[in-house]
Amino acid sequence: MDEKVRMEIKNMNFYYGTKQALCDINIQVYRNRVTAIIGPSGCGKSTLIRLLNRMNDLIPHARIEGEVLLDGHNIYGPDEDVVDVRRKIGMVFQKPNPFPKSIFENVAYGLRVNGIKDRQYIRRKVEKSIKDAALWGEVKDRLNDSALALSGGQQQRLCIARALAVEPEVLLMDEPASALDPTSTSKIEELIQELKKRYTIIIVTHNMQQAARISDYTAFLMLGQMVEYDLTPKIFTNPAKKVTEDYITGRFG
Amino acid sequence: MNKDITQKLGFICLSLCALITVFFLGTLIYFIVVRGAGAISWQFLTDVPRKFMTQGGVAPAIVGTFYLTLGSIMIALPLGLACAVYLCEYSPKSVVVNIIRISINNLAGVPSVVFGLFGMAVFVKFLGFGVSILSGCLTLAIMVLPSIISASQESLMAVPQSYREASLALGATQWYTIKKIVVPSALPGILTGVILSVGRVAGETAPILFTAGTFYMRGYPKSIFSEVMALPYHIYALMTEGAHPVAQTKIAYGCALILLILVLTVSTLAIFIRQKQRSMS
Ligand SMILES: Nc1ncnc2c1ncn2[C@@H]1O[C@H](COP(=O)(O)OP(=O)(O)OP(=O)(O)O)[C@@H](O)[C@H]1O
Ligand SMILES: [Mg+2]
Repeated sequence: MDEKVRMEIKNMNFYYGTKQALCDINIQVYRNRVTAIIGPSGCGKSTLIRLLNRMNDLIPHARIEGEVLLDGHNIYGPDEDVVDVRRKIGMVFQKPNPFPKSIFENVAYGLRVNGIKDRQYIRRKVEKSIKDAALWGEVKDRLNDSALALSGGQQQRLCIARALAVEPEVLLMDEPASALDPTSTSKIEELIQELKKRYTIIIVTHNMQQAARISDYTAFLMLGQMVEYDLTPKIFTNPAKKVTEDYITGRFG
Repeated sequence: MNKDITQKLGFICLSLCALITVFFLGTLIYFIVVRGAGAISWQFLTDVPRKFMTQGGVAPAIVGTFYLTLGSIMIALPLGLACAVYLCEYSPKSVVVNIIRISINNLAGVPSVVFGLFGMAVFVKFLGFGVSILSGCLTLAIMVLPSIISASQESLMAVPQSYREASLALGATQWYTIKKIVVPSALPGILTGVILSVGRVAGETAPILFTAGTFYMRGYPKSIFSEVMALPYHIYALMTEGAHPVAQTKIAYGCALILLILVLTVSTLAIFIRQKQRSMS
């Protein structure tokens, strides 16, 4: 395969106060591929993915060492504008978190943030994003209803639509299906397959089958260390490390 | 068996205490209504005081209370909201912030008459606003600032962190997030705080005693530098000054009834908003 590197995590250490949460992480994320991050609860998956769009900047006393490159450019560089970074790197959170606004306004929000005023454009873009998130059929007749009235699965797809509307270069997803039922989950998985044609996707999941089904690359984390990172089929059929095998076969607590 | 009796006794005790509270409120309302209802008429609500305040109406006092309340909330709300946003959204946890927090809490404990003296020294004398609506509004505003700040702070803290994260993750600045997401979500709670403050401002006498209130006016205030009549102060004046105690007492109860209705309406509104807000979340 001819792979192009889109993001690169280099010698990353991360501390919550004095507690080290990530130790010397190195990962290359490839363009138009789905990269899964798996590992036991508390191993630092969320911490890692939140570092990629500088969400951890909000946490007091947190400290980071190392670099995160987006197209060869350090997003933690001294001249880097954090707002700009987040615009380029979208995020879907573990728990669906639509704003207490209408369905339409939720998706339009990111466009308005960018100062777009053209109503025609906003309307078209909102429609396209909701279609891309495979939600259009279910909400097209009630775009002005509150987003909070949607089901959990619909809310999560709305959050995906909201993230897509601003056309990010990379899409981060932190366990986007963990709060959802099987039907909604499979919808979102199909969606990810569709989206990877245009986006680079990084997804955290604690569901091994899901990682095997949807990802091209898998990183296995444990206790803040990256144990193994490779092509997904390799990780799941012929892992290099014994711990990885134990974990993916469920022989591990 | 024994447990059962203790439980029953406890229950009886509690319901008695609860009943006593209701009883006090009930008698208070009954008392004011019985004494005050006779005084109330169309003329009482719309006319100026006449014949050394033994006849006519109390319209200037109602209007004055309205001006003072509106003015002080218009000063205290932006100030208090800004302060709460600073404390909740911007300030790092530091010594300075702790000092600000402690100051606000202490400010809430200052007796209202002290605010009155302060207002007289600073606004009336030092800044030269005189005994006026402006001085009164400023004094009242400082008095309710702490409760507006803490109501705003509580509502801001109740806004889920996930809203902020969602907005920031879309590339919004912190200021845009506060403006478009955080404050609008907190608004119902902030409004409840404001409405409770309205009740407080409308009913206070001490802060306006030396800063805004006047005993008697023939007409209505002309500008923000005029003195005003206000309902609570008018009651105080009717009961302590003048030469016609019987007639004056009757009018005082009339004023008390109007004030009570105003304040109760306002707090009922606050309860209503709060309940609506609760049922939404
Ligand atoms: N804000 C924080 N302050 C201090 N420690 C934190 C904070 N957030 C997370 N941690 C700690 O960092 C470690 C990694 O947490 P993280 O949330 O990244 O785990 P995770 O792999 O996402 O787990 P899960 O699968 O349960 O979501 C945990 O030990 C956690 O307790
Ligand atoms: Mg997590």
